[in-house]
Amino acid sequence: MAGKKLMKGNEAIGEAAICAGVRHYFAYPITPQSEVAEYLCWRLPEVGGAFVQAESEVAVGNMLFGAASTGLRTFTSSSSPGISLMQEAISYMAGAHLPVVLVNIIRGGPGLGGILPAQGDYFQAVKGGGHGDYRVGVLAPSSVQEAVDLMILAFDLADKYRNPMMLIGDGMVGQIMESVEFPETNREDNDPIKSDWALTGALNRKPRVVKSLFLNPDLLEENCLLLEEKYKRMKENEIRYELYKVSDKNRLLIAAFGTMARICQTAIDELEREGVSVGLFRPISLFPFPEKEIYAEAGKKNIEKILTIEMSVGQMVEDIERCVKGRKPVEFFGHTGGIVPTPNEVKDKVRESLGLKK
Amino acid sequence: MSNDSTVIFKRPESLSENITHYCPGCTHGVIHRIVAESLDELGLRGRAVGVAPVGCAVLIYNYFNTDFMEAPHGRAPALATGFKRCRPDMIVFTYQGDGDLASIGMGEIVHAANRGEKITVIFVNNAIYGMTGGQMAPTTMPNQKTTTTPAGRDVSLVGYPIRVAELLSTLRTPSFVARVAVHTPMHIVNAKKIIRKAFRLQKEGTCFTLVEVLSSCPTNWGMDPSAATKWVGDVMKPYYPLGIFKDPEREEA
Repeated sequence: MAGKKLMKGNEAIGEAAICAGVRHYFAYPITPQSEVAEYLCWRLPEVGGAFVQAESEVAVGNMLFGAASTGLRTFTSSSSPGISLMQEAISYMAGAHLPVVLVNIIRGGPGLGGILPAQGDYFQAVKGGGHGDYRVGVLAPSSVQEAVDLMILAFDLADKYRNPMMLIGDGMVGQIMESVEFPETNREDNDPIKSDWALTGALNRKPRVVKSLFLNPDLLEENCLLLEEKYKRMKENEIRYELYKVSDKNRLLIAAFGTMARICQTAIDELEREGVSVGLFRPISLFPFPEKEIYAEAGKKNIEKILTIEMSVGQMVEDIERCVKGRKPVEFFGHTGGIVPTPNEVKDKVRESLGLKK
Repeated sequence: MSNDSTVIFKRPESLSENITHYCPGCTHGVIHRIVAESLDELGLRGRAVGVAPVGCAVLIYNYFNTDFMEAPHGRAPALATGFKRCRPDMIVFTYQGDGDLASIGMGEIVHAANRGEKITVIFVNNAIYGMTGGQMAPTTMPNQKTTTTPAGRDVSLVGYPIRVAELLSTLRTPSFVARVAVHTPMHIVNAKKIIRKAFRLQKEGTCFTLVEVLSSCPTNWGMDPSAATKWVGDVMKPYYPLGIFKDPEREEA
């Protein structure tokens, strides 16, 4: 896979997992991400791996649970309704400290919703989704190349923190074709035999148990605090974001992630030509969220407002408001249901926010 | 004691020394021991991984001297699938009750069986939800009183008990499916033979294997242990016939 390739986002996500050393993938078909399974069903056997098409996403999540307990790298991909069905297993895997990667190529919801791109699963991904005191690390790519890079990072972070990681892309990231390069190195270096927790058979050691059950409240609290300590370390070390055309001249700062951020870049370029200076703050890690960073940017003197733009009715905007702490007014613009805001709509909203003529 | 004494009975290496939490008269302990003896005799302990259910056997990992995973309710066959596909060299078994396997986990067990996952499922059928305090299970007998059927299971409202072994043996994919009981010494000896065979077939990589074990629950049935044991033979056994329903070593009909 050396050199540049033109690939669909979903297929590139599958190949990135192979680069990360994954040989086992479990999934259930759902639009708009079925190409991941259609790619890996032939690609994994080529590298000595296996794909299992599960009977449901409930089963997928629990197959991951079993597979991750071996200490080998494993992942699944799905779209919104499927990810809802996996929440049971995600909660259990977080409680059991299992490293695993899930990909959500988000479509419009709630319910069966639609099959077009959306970002309405932000709350589900970032705020929990399943039951109990846990978090999932969340990364949001805005291009096919970034989806590949973040996939590989997601496996490294899952192993580093022994916690589920989720890559969320809207349907656009999954369906778009772009040129992409894969890293040369194949990370087949995780050896479950060496780990001190993976289930490898209790031959010459004490039996190990992978579980999230702690009937003694002291022990359950201890486990939750252990999780919390990991999330604290993630907040200290794993903040990722990108600034675009951010300068002291900016009158307005747009906050957007994923595909929406790319569309905002186009609008920002065009506004610049009109003499309106706007910057973009693009969170890449949605959990941990770049809290201090957005607070600092919002404090810049010339910034009049923060405008959050999402492909939802407004979810990340609550985190932006939380982090800006009233330093500047936070406004929201978005479309949902599979409607993607256009650069012209973004420009109009910026002009309106700044009291400029349309 | 003379020096030439011979050990004729001991704790299997696959069982830990922990005391089980099971009620007096419950047959989980017997079934645990049969599974452990089978693992020992086939030399599988060091590469065995069990999957615990949600139900009375939720703490089974405390009683076995093997690695274990603790599954969400009903999902043990999915965990076992994921594990076994990654590590086909290991021996994977689930231990599930009737609420776990035949109610909330019916989807997972049917599809694991139909894919022909090379795992062993020990399905303990005691016709009731034990841990949650005696509610109706899919396997509860007609007219059997439970906390959610105080007047007895009304089959005109909730249907008849599900015969899991028969249901799974209709699948075309080769498998080993049997039903045994542990209410008399004779039945225990036979159950051991069948469970051992299931693990041997997994060891040989032959097929999916499931052994349903008729079990008793004196506490939630409101009986003393001997009455409960008798009830297994008198009431459950006629509805749930014992035998091997599907066997790859027997010519398929």
